[in-house]
Amino acid sequence: MLKKNLKMAIPYTIPVMLGYLSVGMAFGVLVVKSGISIWLGVLMSLFVYAGAMQFVAIQILTSPIHLIQVIFMTLFVNIRHLFYGLSFIERFKRFGVKKQYMIFGLTDETYSLLCGITDKSEDELEDLYFIITLLNQSYWVIGTLIGGLLGSVITFDTTGIDFAMTALFVVIFIEQWLAADKHLPALIGLAAAMISLKFFGPEQMVLPSMLLLFSALLFLNAKMKGGESNG
Amino acid sequence: MDKIIAIIAMALVTYGIRLGPFILFGGGKQTPEWVRSIGGVLPPAVMGMLIVYSLKHIEILKVSSSLPVLIAIAVTTVLHLWKRNNLLSILSGTAVYMFLVQRLF
Repeated sequence: MLKKNLKMAIPYTIPVMLGYLSVGMAFGVLVVKSGISIWLGVLMSLFVYAGAMQFVAIQILTSPIHLIQVIFMTLFVNIRHLFYGLSFIERFKRFGVKKQYMIFGLTDETYSLLCGITDKSEDELEDLYFIITLLNQSYWVIGTLIGGLLGSVITFDTTGIDFAMTALFVVIFIEQWLAADKHLPALIGLAAAMISLKFFGPEQMVLPSMLLLFSALLFLNAKMKGGESNG
Repeated sequence: MDKIIAIIAMALVTYGIRLGPFILFGGGKQTPEWVRSIGGVLPPAVMGMLIVYSLKHIEILKVSSSLPVLIAIAVTTVLHLWKRNNLLSILSGTAVYMFLVQRLF
């Protein structure tokens, strides 16, 4: 059973594998270079498991900073994840205890992968979701470990391999575009991010894009409902 | 401050954020209608946002920075519309991108 599920899950996760192994390695290298123990790096990949935040964490751990600041920084960097669960509330209700781990592992990439699975029956989804979540985190932890062990010595040129992440998002975007009868939400997402990137810059864009996107979708939702009741 | 304490704080806050919607709307009761409809339109919107987010460091006005991205996205898109094979589209797009940034630009 496990073997069959693994065989089904692995192909979905290969793009994330490329991204997580390479970015995880970059994280591991940086951890060691910053004078932090590799085991603290691995500990973060096991229990924090949030890509962008872990890079911020390297700075936090190497400078004197108050716990309150750590908490607010984490809130700020990861707040976008607050919206991801909304897409899975109904589905996860039927899932057993495994859903606790799936909620913990709901990163950007795992969220994208899970959203992208449209050709499976409800019965297959629980195990498939679980294994995908578990595989993704394994890639991240293994990447961290390899990066930490190799230090700065990486023998082949991996420049550009992180594009796998972008390509994954593009493919899922296309799939959702083809499946949707309304394309406005997808365009709102692109526009909100571009506007925020333009006005807030690459380091600050996440929160404004999420807020812009979310209020635009709420507005759209209210407008559509209004339209329906007006006949 | 102790590094372990900082890591525990980061872990708890991160998990708390991801758990948030399930606590707010999970329970036995019916999820509010607006949450369900937002949950439905959120994935395409977030995916659009993540595309831009993953390219945030690309300098649009610098050809050597933006052209490889445009070409690689075009390859990924055309291949995907043609074959509808996720893995093929992603691996080819990534290979093209790596070749472009390592050898040509």
